[in-house]
Amino acid sequence: MKQSFYGGVHPHDRKELARHKEIAPLSAAPKQVVIAMSMHIGAPCKPIVAVGDHVKVGQKIGEIAGLGAPIHASVSGEVKAVEPRPYVGGGKCMSVVIENDFQDTWGSELVPHADYTKLSADEIVNIVKEAGITGMGGAGFPTHVKISSGIGKVDTVILNGAECEPYITADHRLMLEHGEKVIGGLRILLQAFGLKNGVIGVEENKEDAIEHLRALVGGRGDVTVESLRTRYPQGAEKQLIQRITGREVPPGGLPAHVGCAVFNVGTAAAVYDAVVEGKPVTHRVITVTGDAIQDPKNLMVPLGVSFQTLIDEAKGFKEEPERILTGGPMMGIAQYDLDVTCIKGTNAVLCLTKHEAAPVVEEEVCLRCGRCVNVCPMHLTPVYMHLYAEKGMWKEAEALNVMDCIECGSCNYICPARIHLVQSFRVTKGELRNLAAKEKAAKEAAKA
Amino acid sequence: MNEEKKLNLTVASSPHVASPIDTQNLMRDVLIALVPALIMGVVFFGPRALVATIISVVACEFFEWAYRKLMKKSCANKDLSAAVTGVLLAFVCAPTLPYWMLIIGDFFAIVVVKQLFGGLGQNFMNPALGGRAFLMLCYPVAMTTWIVPGIGADKWAGLISGEVTMAGADIVTGATPLSADFMHGGLLPEASLLDAFVGNVGGCIGEVSALMLLLGGLYLIWRGVIRARIPVAYIATVAVLTFAFPMGGNDRLTWMLYQLCTGGLMLGAFFMATDYVTSPVTKKGEVIFGIGCGLLTVFIRYFGGYPEGVSYSILIMNCCVWLIDKVGKPNRYGVTKEMKAAAKAKAKAGKEG
Repeated sequence: MKQSFYGGVHPHDRKELARHKEIAPLSAAPKQVVIAMSMHIGAPCKPIVAVGDHVKVGQKIGEIAGLGAPIHASVSGEVKAVEPRPYVGGGKCMSVVIENDFQDTWGSELVPHADYTKLSADEIVNIVKEAGITGMGGAGFPTHVKISSGIGKVDTVILNGAECEPYITADHRLMLEHGEKVIGGLRILLQAFGLKNGVIGVEENKEDAIEHLRALVGGRGDVTVESLRTRYPQGAEKQLIQRITGREVPPGGLPAHVGCAVFNVGTAAAVYDAVVEGKPVTHRVITVTGDAIQDPKNLMVPLGVSFQTLIDEAKGFKEEPERILTGGPMMGIAQYDLDVTCIKGTNAVLCLTKHEAAPVVEEEVCLRCGRCVNVCPMHLTPVYMHLYAEKGMWKEAEALNVMDCIECGSCNYICPARIHLVQSFRVTKGELRNLAAKEKAAKEAAKA
Repeated sequence: MNEEKKLNLTVASSPHVASPIDTQNLMRDVLIALVPALIMGVVFFGPRALVATIISVVACEFFEWAYRKLMKKSCANKDLSAAVTGVLLAFVCAPTLPYWMLIIGDFFAIVVVKQLFGGLGQNFMNPALGGRAFLMLCYPVAMTTWIVPGIGADKWAGLISGEVTMAGADIVTGATPLSADFMHGGLLPEASLLDAFVGNVGGCIGEVSALMLLLGGLYLIWRGVIRARIPVAYIATVAVLTFAFPMGGNDRLTWMLYQLCTGGLMLGAFFMATDYVTSPVTKKGEVIFGIGCGLLTVFIRYFGGYPEGVSYSILIMNCCVWLIDKVGKPNRYGVTKEMKAAAKAKAKAGKEG
């Protein structure tokens, strides 16, 4: 049974800035790329190249160390440095710096499989793993783990083309221009799961993409394209599953617990590239947008290109930016250094002027207006959770299920008193994790 | 180092955009929604109604400012919440109430009910209703002396002095909608149903016109300032109860409509019970709150010592809000009935084991 999720907000989507801009390559290949060794959830990769090595495009330069996906060179050239560099997630991260020789020599070990229908599930998982595919929607969960852990449990494969974050149009353009890759990728994923039918969910503000995908599926009918209401956070994994299947992922659970696997449309396209064309993840589509940007664009970017280069590619600023984000305005991370480089999960570089960005004002007092409760898609009561969080009463906040918070920012967006609810819940969740770790350690110490 | 590093960037926690609606916006909408009722008040009771409302607003804003200044707290006048309290308190007073009494009510509402508990967002009962309850205790006669619109009264009387001489036809003791004969005895007022609906009856400044209050309430719901659950639950409860138990052998429907259109019901349901600070935030909680208000209103009207029950019923429910919100806590996302039952069984087994 299908059902809409509860709550949500409807910020101005501002997608008109870049929605009609075709995906373009960079006008000039970058002189240098800085490839971070942490592009996914899990342990950072171990660099397997040294300064002075020559690398080719698609050559593996970072090996898995724990949960993760390998990382490949996005240009050919000489390794100039292996050292910590500024990172989009904050702070610094071990990175491989490659100076481009502009030769684009190809060096991937992957083999193209024009007919993927003969591949077994294990073979597909292995290709996906070797291609270094991670969730392209932003969270960056290693895709091969998602597939292998879901085989047998999953009965519904969903592609997420909701792109509910305002401003971003990367997935939209991808579906329009590379729809066949998206659908092809979904069919490969379905084959890995041993399933026949899949669903693609797209918000109804991307009518053209919905029609295009439906036309591509044509008479085969194995893929359904669902038009979703334009409502943030429609593209949040749990909310999307709820909308498509009516199932609710239990607290602390994964989509596989309710028989679902959700992949971003970009991930599906990457799967297609890896399996059919033998290409690992070296490039991705990034939307450079915001009112501060002269000429908003959707770009096909080699991984490791700095934000500064991307902004220059979009003809720089026409107005002074107040915030520069990676990702959308609701969940994106604010940047303070434009030397940070794009990673697999970077779907947008968003430059907001002070007119568009949330005003930097002091929090007012809570009115108890209850709007936060009304918009929370996770059925939480942010107003009470915040009361406890403010006083450091973590356990009481936990009793109100603060750990279920997906940090979508709806409550924060709607709050008339401009209270920093999400920040407060992030702190609370961190403190609760620390407490749990402490309790666990104490228990183990007591045992020993 | 590139030149762009000189950019003055803000680094903050997400989300990076905010809804344009802020506290001041909301309060301004409430004030706008109260204008139609005020216009009716002025039409029926003369310019004195307007002057009283303005005095009340100014007094409330002054007390708010003075208290916060005195206590060295940040100034909070720009959020307009004190202005809303001022208008609402004036609206629930008799049009003939001397200005100085009104100002005392304002003092009680703003300083005692609101600021002493910590200011906006902290008070546990509605300041305007608290002020009214205080005035009812102190000046019961002045608070319940009604003039009937258009009968004999000189509309300009007492505009400046604030005192109105009560004499002759100006004072109505008989069948005004708020008389005990109507509420307790089932004697219908002389005013026609239409007059009662439009507001051409005796009563408080802002309470008389059900029509205008309804308009204001719908405006607030349309603007998304208030949610419909509380007023709908409240009015529906009163409607059902009065329809089911008519008094004095009256026709059910007529009796119910009179009950809905008179007294403070519309003002209470749309503007008082929905006061953010003193109403529940959860979906279930709002419905429980509305029903509770409705039940108490009818009980007080039928069996209570006062002819009118709206203000006390809301004040009583205000005190229960925390409890109601606990009951109304939304179901946890992703927890099915079976999972709940399993968790219960496990907890039980754990206790026994």
